[in-house]
Amino acid sequence: MIDILMDKFLTIGLEHFLILSGTLFFIGLFAVLAKKNVIAVLMGIEIMFTSVNINLVAFNKYTAAEALLTGHVFAIFVIALAAAEVAVGLALIISIYRQRTSTDVQDFDWLKW
Amino acid sequence: MFDFALNNAWLIPLFPALAFGIITLFTKKMTKLSVSISIGTILLSFVLSVIIGIGVIGQGDTFLEHPYKAVVTWFSMPGFSIEVGTLIDNVSVMMLLVVTFITSLVQIYSLGYMHGDPGLARFYAYVSLFAASMLGLVIAPNLLIMFVFWELVGLCSYLLIGFWFGKISASAAAKKAFITCRAGDFGLLLGIILLQINFGTLDLQQLSVMIPNFTQYTGLTAAGLTAIAIILFLGPMAKSGQFPFHVWLPDAMEGPTPVSALIHAATMVVAGVYLVGRILTLFITLPSALLFVAIIGAFTALFAATIAITQTEMKKILAYSTISQLGYMMLALGAASLTASMFHLMTHAFFKALLFLGAGCVLHAMHNEASIWKYGGLKKYMPVTYWTFLIGCLAIAGIFPFAGFFSKDLILEVTFAASSLSGHAQGPFPVAYTVLFLMAALTAFLTAFYMFRMFFICFHGELRSKEVQPQEAPKVMTVPLIILGIFSIISGWVGWPGLGEGQAFGYFVRLGEFQVMEANWLLIILSTLLALLGIGLAALFYWKKTFSAQAVIERVPFLYKLSYNKYYIDEFYLWIIHHIIDKCGWLLWKFDIYVVDGIVNGFGKMAQWGGTVMRKVQTGQLQHYALIFFMGIVLMFLLLSFTGVHSPAIGLMGGAK
Repeated sequence: MIDILMDKFLTIGLEHFLILSGTLFFIGLFAVLAKKNVIAVLMGIEIMFTSVNINLVAFNKYTAAEALLTGHVFAIFVIALAAAEVAVGLALIISIYRQRTSTDVQDFDWLKW
Repeated sequence: MFDFALNNAWLIPLFPALAFGIITLFTKKMTKLSVSISIGTILLSFVLSVIIGIGVIGQGDTFLEHPYKAVVTWFSMPGFSIEVGTLIDNVSVMMLLVVTFITSLVQIYSLGYMHGDPGLARFYAYVSLFAASMLGLVIAPNLLIMFVFWELVGLCSYLLIGFWFGKISASAAAKKAFITCRAGDFGLLLGIILLQINFGTLDLQQLSVMIPNFTQYTGLTAAGLTAIAIILFLGPMAKSGQFPFHVWLPDAMEGPTPVSALIHAATMVVAGVYLVGRILTLFITLPSALLFVAIIGAFTALFAATIAITQTEMKKILAYSTISQLGYMMLALGAASLTASMFHLMTHAFFKALLFLGAGCVLHAMHNEASIWKYGGLKKYMPVTYWTFLIGCLAIAGIFPFAGFFSKDLILEVTFAASSLSGHAQGPFPVAYTVLFLMAALTAFLTAFYMFRMFFICFHGELRSKEVQPQEAPKVMTVPLIILGIFSIISGWVGWPGLGEGQAFGYFVRLGEFQVMEANWLLIILSTLLALLGIGLAALFYWKKTFSAQAVIERVPFLYKLSYNKYYIDEFYLWIIHHIIDKCGWLLWKFDIYVVDGIVNGFGKMAQWGGTVMRKVQTGQLQHYALIFFMGIVLMFLLLSFTGVHSPAIGLMGGAK
């Protein structure tokens, strides 16, 4: 019994990666939903991306055939995409800040109605 | 030459139509050029008509049996085909000649009458379109095309009556003419549609074959077809100023006098008579519809004549005389005689154009003074007008050998033949026709009386107005008068009762078998006596002053007032409009405002209210949206977990493979 538990904890398997990525995802989601600062919201999004990347790589490692690297490649694409998205996002934030002198995401509501 | 003209008969209405287009689009500013274009094109049409006329008349009744027809299909769908083209037979040839001839003369006359008017180019453009519409109507091969031109004629009359639109009375008269005609046109259109539905064609030739045997082709009863005929007849009633639609005609005098001449002689009011003549088979098949036409005609003739007796304006008197003469034409149609009707149409066109143009000269000389009581003794100032006007009056009164004598006598004769007085009546309503005949005879007497009342007041005695020095009209106005005067004498001779077979008017223009009309000496003597009696009485009252008209008026003031005020028909219509139509309109207006608009506005209000409530959902808060996205994903995940991929909920979201 104890052996099995030890084995589970010490031998790193797919579950560990999934738990890590799930944790990171919800941390990121919390940041997106709850932080006031728009930079923090952006960072939350980045954390969510990261968790997804971990997922992709982990699944590739543990479930796909040995020679396949689809998950890894996918993760690299996502990283590239995230970089581009951050560039746009930051540019928007700077522009908004220059006009409104605020980084509070709750102030960014002038597109309603 | 003749073949070319016949094959290209469509050019006849096209020329004036082109003139209208060119003048309105390009040459409106150049008055002289516009006038020349207009007169030139109508003369071209006239020449073409004459060529066709000579050819057709030269071949006797060939074209009556086998009309020349050239058509192309305009549009068609199963069971409904409309052709556009020309239908040339003896009747339309006669009309072509009359219309182009009168229009040409009126256009030339207008050079003098309208001289110096700033809207001269516009005037000629309208007159050209007027002529084009009427010519198109004359040669139309089916009822729908006829209806199109019919409406165009109505439009032109509106434009021309309201030519001096700055005058409120003129624009009101134009509206009155248009709206009154529209009221009748509604019936005409309804009748045309009903004919199309029941017979499956509007072609005049096909209809004239099918209608006599309508029971074979349709499920209609005689009563049903009679109803259609009477509904159809509403259009001609309005256009030809028959009671109770006559009210627009006297008001139409607000237009320039040449326009009145056109409307009354050639291009407008006779359209109704012509249309009934074109589908006379329909009425002949149905004796009661025929009787209806005859009653309307005879009543209108007598009714208008009794009004004309007391009117004080030259053009008003002439207008009522036109209504009366149109009644005669309708009566002739009602007696199933196309010949008599078309004959009177033709002679009337000449002498009525003459009378109107003569009245135009008088008005011109009197500086538009309207009341005939201001005139008098014009004989010595305007001899040409005097003599031609005398010819016109004699013609309309029906004195031998002037044109009106022959045509009016023929109408009396055909009505007499249908009555029980003739001794050999075969018609279904001999007694009714007897009454109609007596009405027609009485009208003949009244016509002579009121025409010569006007004549003596205007041209004899002393000039009553002190302000003006009347002068004879210029040559350009008197020459058309003289030409029309000659035609007012000789145009009747083509219907000389004793003229050899194959020569008389009745041989060329008829419906059915040719029947030689024997001269009925009794009738000839009677009608001449009645006319002479009318003239004599008028002379005694207004020339020799043996009797005083004033004394007669004082004896029967009520009758005088009734006639002078046109039987209060206008007032009656006004009352109906003010009290019934306006009230109905008010009700409908309220219905529109509160019910129709209420429903429509209600929908708008609902959308507005919904928007006000629902827009609260859109907070503009980025994080609210993100949360909603996330919850949506969670929801989908849960649905998938608990229901499987083929559940309706998944189906709603697009479904799984």
